[in-house]
Amino acid sequence: MNPQKQGWLDRVPLFCYPKGIDMAQNKSDSTFLKRIWQFFTAVKLTVVLLVLLAATSIIGTVIPQNASPAFYFHNYGESLYKLFSVLNVFDMYNSWWFLALLGLLAVNIVVCSIDRLKSTWKIIFPEKIPFKPQRYRKMKNKTVFETNEDLEKVLPAFKEVLGKKFSFVSENPTDHGVGLYAEKGRWTRIGVYVVHSSILLLLIGALIGGIMGISGTMRLDEGEKGSAISLSGQHQHHDIGFSIKCNSFDVSFYDTGMPEEFRSNLSIIKDGKEVLSSDILVNQPLSFEGYNIYQSSYGTSAAENLELKIQNPKSGMVYTKQVKKGESIKLPEGGGTFELTGFDPNYSFRGHAVGEAFTGILRKGGESEGKQIVLPVKFPTFDRMRRGDLVLSVKDYEKTYYTGLQVAKDPGVPYVYIGFILMIAGCFITFFMSHQSVLVEVNHKNNPGCEVSVAGTANRNSQSMNLKIEKLVSKLKESISS
Amino acid sequence: MTSSLLLSVTTFVYAAASVFYIGAWSFNKKVLSRVGLIVLVAGFIMNTAGILLRWVESYKIGYGHAPFSNMYESLVFFSWTVCLLYLFVEYKYKEKIVGVFATPLIFLAIAYASLAPGMESEITPLIPALKSNWLIAHVITCFLGYAGFAVAFGFSVMYLVRPETTKQNGLATKLPYPGVIDELTYQMVVFGFLFLTIGIITGAVWANSAWGTYWSWDPKETWSLITWFIYATLLHLRMMRGWNGKRIAWVSIVGFMAVLFTYFGVNYFLSGLHSYA
Ligand code: HEM
Repeated sequence: MNPQKQGWLDRVPLFCYPKGIDMAQNKSDSTFLKRIWQFFTAVKLTVVLLVLLAATSIIGTVIPQNASPAFYFHNYGESLYKLFSVLNVFDMYNSWWFLALLGLLAVNIVVCSIDRLKSTWKIIFPEKIPFKPQRYRKMKNKTVFETNEDLEKVLPAFKEVLGKKFSFVSENPTDHGVGLYAEKGRWTRIGVYVVHSSILLLLIGALIGGIMGISGTMRLDEGEKGSAISLSGQHQHHDIGFSIKCNSFDVSFYDTGMPEEFRSNLSIIKDGKEVLSSDILVNQPLSFEGYNIYQSSYGTSAAENLELKIQNPKSGMVYTKQVKKGESIKLPEGGGTFELTGFDPNYSFRGHAVGEAFTGILRKGGESEGKQIVLPVKFPTFDRMRRGDLVLSVKDYEKTYYTGLQVAKDPGVPYVYIGFILMIAGCFITFFMSHQSVLVEVNHKNNPGCEVSVAGTANRNSQSMNLKIEKLVSKLKESISS
Repeated sequence: MTSSLLLSVTTFVYAAASVFYIGAWSFNKKVLSRVGLIVLVAGFIMNTAGILLRWVESYKIGYGHAPFSNMYESLVFFSWTVCLLYLFVEYKYKEKIVGVFATPLIFLAIAYASLAPGMESEITPLIPALKSNWLIAHVITCFLGYAGFAVAFGFSVMYLVRPETTKQNGLATKLPYPGVIDELTYQMVVFGFLFLTIGIITGAVWANSAWGTYWSWDPKETWSLITWFIYATLLHLRMMRGWNGKRIAWVSIVGFMAVLFTYFGVNYFLSGLHSYA
């Protein structure tokens, strides 16, 4: 493409009048449509849109997205809150104006491609590959050398060299001899269209996902099953049409205490029958009927069979006792009874989260009321604060976990993935391949002998074409020297 | 020899290489740039060994993962990729002095890794979300992209530093012809763009296999897309509007600022899924 030299105002799409359109005709409909069409063929529009997208995308990385209205009201004040609501800044990547920018981009690409495709098509699939020697005779990289061999002798050698490097070679008579024209990579001109259609596919895929996709979470205790997911960002449930059962859940830890791996064994139950059973890990989801089921989190849902450590701080005596939930046991040394009433995976003591904790009731003698006590798992000395005769703490217990699943269906994904592949392929073709052509003219000169001139061009990367011409010249010389 | 010691030594070797390149430029001595190249290659070998050694060490500890999992490791790898790309450019284009502004970047990245306060250089275990082969594909491609943009940035600065009038003396005139630098900048942007594209795509595919959504507008994702938009703008300006020289150099510098923000800024100023590296 030739760079158009224009003034600053002409670079702003709104001020750019398409060439060849008479201003007086503006009122007629066809000209109006034509102007809209021209507006969308402008690469200036592309540039403006890309810059706007880049600039506005920043907003959503600075202002937290999809938080509660109260949060925004509190943090930004009333007037900004109103402005943000109108512009939907709280969910800006789904706001009307952001989607409109993406839509304009799509129209831009479609219109531009249609506009150019006709002429590009003719270039890519010509009826006959044209022979235009004049173009090459003026080229800067033209290299001329002479040889003592006759034209008839060098031609076959040259053709062989060219045939190895190019996919097409033609021999054309000229005024002073013969012009050998060779080219390759005509098809690479399609690369740009591949890139641009990949962008359309991505947008289509995202649109399909946005309309028909569904995503939510499901929390299942070990042994539990469920068929409803809580939709992300809303207080709604959706029935997925089959049940998921969590048979078991396992988590392993590094010695640092960080989770190493967590794994749920799930069964899919459809119409009362178990149809599938499989383990899932964080990076290994399970697919069923278009839904993907991902391992996303876990937690402790309940604890059973507490092993209690009972200590007399004065005498140093230590006892251990088993207790089940709801059960009451006798404490040693006539310390009364202990009833295990509950378990809280995240107990809060005076506003501090102390993690997992058991709760129970301690009764002395014949008391019926008793005293509520807390036994945090991580703090074995916690019960000392009570200043009782006996100090209770948690020695061991059996946990049951719940597994947090992400359940999602996105029918747009195949389009997006094809878009990804086309985008990479198209970029590669556009950046690293080109339509290259050379003209090797062999003219009668001296007798015997002839003059050879070599010139070439490429639709991209003309710099490397100059190097290629240099190499070709030495190859040609080589081919006739032996 | 531990990997962190080896990598600290690498920092000094890279520092020496930068000094030689700058010296070659300042005193217009070809010999110095040749020495610079040798030192740079030595640094590169040590950098490579350091990364491999760290990989082995992580298996010995029992965590067993590729060394791309935190800021320290990513900076070391960033130096490595920029160095690799620069060596390739010098080899392919046979332009010696172009390392003046690129080699200091190699040094700065690894120096930041070794010296910045609060930089965790311990080998830590991987959280379950990072246990995926996509991690390796994603990190390598993203960093090749960043490396392309970093070298392009070096060339752009060089282009702008060079005065337009060709006086015979003065530092800047010893740089290669502006047309060559301009072309090199463009080539590096194209290289970076291809790999950033693949990097974003591998990240999306990975996210889809781990979390069930290929795009969630997390700040790091969004910033990499912003970076992508900026360089896409650059490409269109150049291919369709015929921009080159100074104007392209400025756009490339703006693009690299976006790269830096994507890489560091997001971690320090914004929060999201990517806060580990
Ligand atoms: C971000 C989304 C993009 C949009 C909205 C966009 C839009 C456009 C438009 C409207 C044109 C002019 C019309 C045409 O020649 O078909 C164009 C041209 C072009 N674009 Fe893009 N483009 C995008 C991404 C890319 C990418 C990623 C590449 C890199 C491979 C690219 C490479 C090109 C090239 C090489 C041309 C010139 C075509 C020619 O020589 O005829 N575009 N783009």
